[in-house]
Amino acid sequence: MTTTYAVLSEGLKKRFGDVHALRGLDLAVAQGTVCGLLGPNGAGKTTAVRLLTTLLHPDAGSARVAGHDLLREPAAVRRRIGVTGQDTSVDGDLTGRQNLRLFARLHRVRDASARADELLERFGLAEAADRPASGYSGGMRRRLDLAASLVRRPDVLFLDEPTTGLDPASRNRIWDTVRHLTEEGTTVVLTTQYLEEADQLADTIALVDRGRVAHTGSPPELKALIGAYAEVVVTDADVMVKAAGVLDRLTGAEPALDRDRKAVGAVTRDPTLTLPRLVRELDSAGVPLLDASIRPPTLDDVFLRLTGSKELVA
Amino acid sequence: MSTLAYDGTAMLGRQLKRIRNNPGLVVLTQTMPITMLLFFGYVFGSAVAMPGERYRSFLVPGLLAATAAGGLTTGMLQASQDAHRGVMDRLRTLPVSRAAVPLGQAVADLVVTAAGTVPLLLVGLAVGWRIEGSAAQTAGALGLLLLFRFACTWAGILLGMLPRNEEAAGQLASTTFVLPLLSNAYIPADGMPGWLRTLVEWNPISAVATALRSLFSPRLSASLEQGGAAIARVPSHAAWPVAHPVAGSLAWCAVLIAVFAPSAVRRYARPR
Repeated sequence: MTTTYAVLSEGLKKRFGDVHALRGLDLAVAQGTVCGLLGPNGAGKTTAVRLLTTLLHPDAGSARVAGHDLLREPAAVRRRIGVTGQDTSVDGDLTGRQNLRLFARLHRVRDASARADELLERFGLAEAADRPASGYSGGMRRRLDLAASLVRRPDVLFLDEPTTGLDPASRNRIWDTVRHLTEEGTTVVLTTQYLEEADQLADTIALVDRGRVAHTGSPPELKALIGAYAEVVVTDADVMVKAAGVLDRLTGAEPALDRDRKAVGAVTRDPTLTLPRLVRELDSAGVPLLDASIRPPTLDDVFLRLTGSKELVA
Repeated sequence: MSTLAYDGTAMLGRQLKRIRNNPGLVVLTQTMPITMLLFFGYVFGSAVAMPGERYRSFLVPGLLAATAAGGLTTGMLQASQDAHRGVMDRLRTLPVSRAAVPLGQAVADLVVTAAGTVPLLLVGLAVGWRIEGSAAQTAGALGLLLLFRFACTWAGILLGMLPRNEEAAGQLASTTFVLPLLSNAYIPADGMPGWLRTLVEWNPISAVATALRSLFSPRLSASLEQGGAAIARVPSHAAWPVAHPVAGSLAWCAVLIAVFAPSAVRRYARPR
């Protein structure tokens, strides 16, 4: 079976004056999956979303979104997508209910009022429905925003940093909604600076760095690329070199020494290197251990390794 | 076209709801001319070389024209508010006719203005202004007033989208207060120095104010020799739009709409 792509872009470029926001974005998102665009501020994530949702015109490149050519059939694309931008994209002068009714009507939803009521209920906004949206809290506004993107179930939903600045409860609510949508077959493209978010939600992660996709893969794939991190803490600084020798032999990677913590660590891609084996080997080499661990890599590690960028701090 | 009508109606509804939820700007812009009528009519009017009642009769059509020209200001403020807020991004990603948003704004403004002008007309009547034209002339005057408002709003919508941010648009909008001052809305142009008079007479507000005076008070504009003619008298050798005020006003409206409406729609629809 061939994969159907909900989003397929080739060489998308966009320049703002001297700033090359995108330098050739190649992105393939399979239908019904969640793709996380992960990258630091200024990597080009938002520009990518704005191009793919017809808000910006690319300088070069092409893309198909929800089965339609982005440049030749923008109207057809707009009928099939939902977008929640980074800034609030509802009308603060209107109430929550008025906002949803308006967007439902513009989407040609048959019973716009009923649809608005249903969404208000589902997103916990029924009580605030008749207050102007400008008075909503950050979390409520984000929920209204997301509801507004769902007045007609979109084939592809774009979320630009959907949980930035939200408290954990609001964040979990948004995550649940995204998971629920993919069960219904919606493809989701979300940008995030939060590694945990990408890890939790995304089927594939595209690491965006300086206007390009630096790497694509599932979260486990990306982590496997990096390998695990084996680290031991010894009793005495004098035995650190000895421990490093053992780790070198076991992992084949050059160990790093942290003299303050008396810790020695190395990256390992060997799946047979388990914690008991690590302890046994060091013990038989006569290295007195205080602590030992094999830690799976975080996406932080992945990002640092694959892009060489140190800006991403979760 | 039916798409435009449907989307435009939805956007009209949006604008009317916005105004209902937040009527401050509209109330201010529609009550301002009443304050000015009383202030100019009684304070300045006492220094104008016209009997007080006569000056107020001169002033009411002028204020109506100047208030209609205020569509430029409110158009700019609303368009820039919209342009720099996230809701425009959402509307641009919806399958909505590109002309619907600016058209909805212009029509909503017209609906609100039509209602908002009634208090000014009533206060005008209370201070001695009279409608002396036929029913057809009166209807024509009110129609012209709304047409001029519509034309000015389109100019405002385009100009409101040009500045980089809302503050810059607000500053630009605040400079528009000079436009009625550089017209014959408040003061007859007769006594002005030649170069200023030419400038004033080519101001569209002057043509509309003169047209309103001639339609509301045709008797006075017809009988120039009767002394009181200053209400509607057209100065000799006036520039064409003021010498032929009704045709001149219609021509100004046509030009403003033809220039600004298509460019405002294009500007709105253009992807950045």
